[in-house]
Amino acid sequence: MIFVTVGTDQPFDRMLKVIDRWAGESGRKDVFAQIGDGGWEPEHIPFVHFLEPVEFKQRFAEASLIIGHAGMGTILSALLHGKPILVVPKKASLGEHRNEHQTATAKRMMELGNVNVAFDEVELRQKLDHVDELQPRSPIGAHASGTLVEGIRDFIFQGKGTPPS
Amino acid sequence: MSRSKPKVLAIASGGGHWVQLLRLRPAFEGCDVVFATAKEGYRSDIGSSEFRVIVDANRSNKIGLLKSAWSIFSLLRRERPDVVISTGAAPGFFALKLGRMMGIRTIWVDSIANAEELSMSGDKAGGCADLWLTQWPHLARENGPACMGNVL
Repeated sequence: MIFVTVGTDQPFDRMLKVIDRWAGESGRKDVFAQIGDGGWEPEHIPFVHFLEPVEFKQRFAEASLIIGHAGMGTILSALLHGKPILVVPKKASLGEHRNEHQTATAKRMMELGNVNVAFDEVELRQKLDHVDELQPRSPIGAHASGTLVEGIRDFIFQGKGTPPS
Repeated sequence: MSRSKPKVLAIASGGGHWVQLLRLRPAFEGCDVVFATAKEGYRSDIGSSEFRVIVDANRSNKIGLLKSAWSIFSLLRRERPDVVISTGAAPGFFALKLGRMMGIRTIWVDSIANAEELSMSGDKAGGCADLWLTQWPHLARENGPACMGNVL
């Protein structure tokens, strides 16, 4: 099953329309989408507007592939579950987000080798035609590791302003 | 008054901010932790830890922002944490701003989603964070946020 998610903020019809058309033309029946509140509804794929966190996790666990907006919740969940992921950055210039950070996020995460990115509709359509070839990364651990956790711990227990024991 | 264990309020809005906050949990070992976020549905993520729901808002809704700030002020007054930590967004900024005014120590971990510049709340949080962090080394600077690694 391919799980498509647009996140909990703004809808992302631009991405969904490409996927819906692809599913229709290629006869894919194994696509399920969380579409947000956009008004537009897919014709060829079953969908819900939103999912509760528990259902969201379950969809992730059951999916063989994730296609989504380039939000960190979606990306981190895919990495946690060890699922291949294809992301499309939302654009603030098209009213899809409050700022343009998703394009930068997607580029950086792609450079780190964590995600596959389609930056526009044409690229998305090309990548969809080869989507079954996408490979998962090895899953990340359940928690952040190393220096960040240690740094925060040190601050909590002995950083600036710690009361004398 | 000193307590045996530091009390930490870990607060974030939903989605990616919440996922990142949860990934920092090992940093709170040995602390009394209260988690706070915007949706009751996230309770299942944190097992037996203390969990509170606050009002979320973003900057496109001014009335919502006021309600959000009030719910966070009430939470801080009730819980009286020693440390507040947030990964964003607007509710996290309020928690740091109000927390600082109440004499609580504050930590901001800017979302890893902000790879090109700090988020708006992350930038403003600099004024009220005792520990101000970005997750991208190229965004760290003197008199700005530090980078100690990321949540991956």
